[in-house]
Amino acid sequence: MTGKGRLFATSFIGFVSLVGLLSMRVHGQQVTSQRLAASSNEPQNWLTYSGSYYSQRYSPLAQITPANVKNLKLQWVYQSPVAGNWQTTPLVVDGVMYLTQRLNDVVALDATTGRAFWMYRYTPAQDRIVCCGANNRGLAILGNTLFMGTLDAQLVAIDARSGRPIWQTAVASTKDGYSITHAPLVVKDKVIVGVGGGEYGIRGFIAAYDVATGKEAWRFYTIPAPGEPGSETWQACPKGANTFCDPDAWKHGGGSIWLTGSYDPQLNLTYWGVGNVGPDYNGAQRPGDNLYTDSVVALDVDTGKLKWHYQFTPHDVYDYDSVQIPVLIDNWDGSRTNVVAWANRNGNFYALDRATGRFLVGEPFVKVNWMSRFDERGRPMQTPQPDGQPTYPGNQGGTNWYSPSFSPRTGLFYISAWEDYASIYAPAPSEYKVGTNFTGGGPRNLSAVPGAPGLGRSPINTWTEAAGHGAVIALDPGTGRAKWKFKMTDVTESGILTTGSDLLFTGGREGFFQALNARTGELLWKTQLGSSINSGPITYRVGTRQYVSIVSGLSMFVFALDE
Amino acid sequence: MRRACASVVAVMMWIGVAHAQAPLHDAQYPDADIAYGATLYKEKCVTCHGTQGDGIGGVNLRSGTFRNAVIDRDLDRFIRAGSPAGMPAFALDNAEMSGIIAYLRNMNAFDTVAVKTGDVVRGRAIFNGKGACTGCHRVGAAGSIVGPNLSDVGATRSAGSLQRSLLDPATQMMPINRPVRVVKKDGTIVNGRRLNEDTYSLQILDDGGNLRAFTKADLRDYAISTTSPMPSYRSTLSSDELSDVLAYLLSLKGQL
Repeated sequence: MTGKGRLFATSFIGFVSLVGLLSMRVHGQQVTSQRLAASSNEPQNWLTYSGSYYSQRYSPLAQITPANVKNLKLQWVYQSPVAGNWQTTPLVVDGVMYLTQRLNDVVALDATTGRAFWMYRYTPAQDRIVCCGANNRGLAILGNTLFMGTLDAQLVAIDARSGRPIWQTAVASTKDGYSITHAPLVVKDKVIVGVGGGEYGIRGFIAAYDVATGKEAWRFYTIPAPGEPGSETWQACPKGANTFCDPDAWKHGGGSIWLTGSYDPQLNLTYWGVGNVGPDYNGAQRPGDNLYTDSVVALDVDTGKLKWHYQFTPHDVYDYDSVQIPVLIDNWDGSRTNVVAWANRNGNFYALDRATGRFLVGEPFVKVNWMSRFDERGRPMQTPQPDGQPTYPGNQGGTNWYSPSFSPRTGLFYISAWEDYASIYAPAPSEYKVGTNFTGGGPRNLSAVPGAPGLGRSPINTWTEAAGHGAVIALDPGTGRAKWKFKMTDVTESGILTTGSDLLFTGGREGFFQALNARTGELLWKTQLGSSINSGPITYRVGTRQYVSIVSGLSMFVFALDE
Repeated sequence: MRRACASVVAVMMWIGVAHAQAPLHDAQYPDADIAYGATLYKEKCVTCHGTQGDGIGGVNLRSGTFRNAVIDRDLDRFIRAGSPAGMPAFALDNAEMSGIIAYLRNMNAFDTVAVKTGDVVRGRAIFNGKGACTGCHRVGAAGSIVGPNLSDVGATRSAGSLQRSLLDPATQMMPINRPVRVVKKDGTIVNGRRLNEDTYSLQILDDGGNLRAFTKADLRDYAISTTSPMPSYRSTLSSDELSDVLAYLLSLKGQL
């Protein structure tokens, strides 16, 4: 070995040792409650499903810029062995990526190479009943413990260092149609989850569990029982009503929780979107507004007590569930008001005072004809369309569960939207039977040509312009009005990420992963990943390098600039 | 479900045969669907349910209401799943399901005696001869690939849709199949049929039968037409000939 070689070797070993020490030290740190609350102090990590308690999907990382984004290179790919629509968002903690894959696997990967540390496989019950895509969207972490809800409605705590289970709690009964598909939310010493199953006549709830033991701390039912506040919105059946009008409709009134809530540490309130009412489409079976379906609920995080609610779609007959991420924005529109901002499936953007629930703004971001206007308290004036006529937005909504983003730098709110898209609804009586589909009819098959094959979902865009298209809409949360739009030919089910260099990352059903200028909507970079993108991108840093990850099809792709 | 072409005995009622107005459920039921459904009923259902729909005690199909099905989607599900009470599951294709549902909804008002019978063999001859359909369409190994391939059109399209295709083609053209006209930056014009499209690119089959892909940013102009290059056969084929062609099209279930 030459002197020069020895010098290099010594330096290299020293460097490796230093990196190793750093890694060991960093890996050994626990994710404390304080770290979760101050996640913006550590932009290298992605500690919660939506990136922070404010759920803005904004990262201050700025190594990748509008000028150099065209130089992004694929660094590694992780391929899931399980087929199906993969909707996960990973967590990244100090160089380790934790992600879920179908059905209920958890994998810990080196975030720089994609090589696995461990895999935990939970096998949900064979007789599980899960509506609308048997999926898991992610994890929560506290200390060295990961938390996952399962398709058979269990909550599992897993050791983040070994992948071994610590405890398991039955949240609800899968045989009755309950499931958990979203990432839990950890606040202080509690892990909070809600249940899905609104298409099976569940009675939805959000519940908090002790992080150390899994013992239930509180439970908030999204459908109030008789005598409880809100129960007056489950009205008695009128005399002479058809036999399907159900005096006990509240018992299987739906109100699923499909996505992770947000948290305001100052107000000590946690915000959650509540899913549709059951049965979805036949309103005659459940007279009244049907609280708290299609609502946002603000709960005291210590007690689970309801502080306020706002119902986006009273007495819904369109399946416009509020299956969206509550995005918290401070100093809304230059004021001192802090809001929860919400782009709803029903096609409207909302800003609500997050201390009180006061309605501040409601503005359609796509074509809307199920309502005409809001009254001064924010109640929509509904305009049901005649039988056989299209209702805008259609059944999948103006947006759906795809994570939006808010950039404090641009002040813009970004939505993955479906424009010019409608459904024709056909309500029908539906008898409740435990664990069976309970939708009350359905939207008529969207077909551009009667009697011809419907507009399907595949690599071929058979939807075409005849059935709407996707778009990223950047709007001013002060007014709800669009500043710019980036239109796609096919629709999009991708989440959105914005960064500290004013980049916006998103995908779509076409399989393109693309970077836009967050201020203008200009396309800056794109790459074709080969399959629909059905989750949200995240960004993180390990060492000095910024990475961006996205799931397309059955693979996770991770990009960075060359060193 | 796949069957040999020759085994299909499609019974078609062409336009102009009077029957009572179909009740509105999911949609108006085209006459051709009802007639096709009547044929299928005779093939698959009559043994148990009887010609009058009352062959099973407590079940009267002519009533138009069903214990286990309110909307058409329920009927579809029920027929596909079968019943523990003894009805087998029926794996019907889309055309057959549209037909049988249309017929069940209209049994009471439908006069099967007034139906004209289309002939598959005659229809094939018209398709290949007088109708000149193979100039654009392909069935199995014969015909042009410029228009949509019809080898399985009798499984995917309902009878009513096929009937309207012959009379008013533009109304039945799938948006994905719309004709496109591309002008490249050098002025070259390419016409063809759209096969796929995304935000940045376009994939077509050009009029010469070649697969062509374009990057939209490289095009001077790009237009999608909503009119169909297919002619209407309203005045060029007789009512009987149209019935025959329809019977033939409905017999195309995907065989090579």
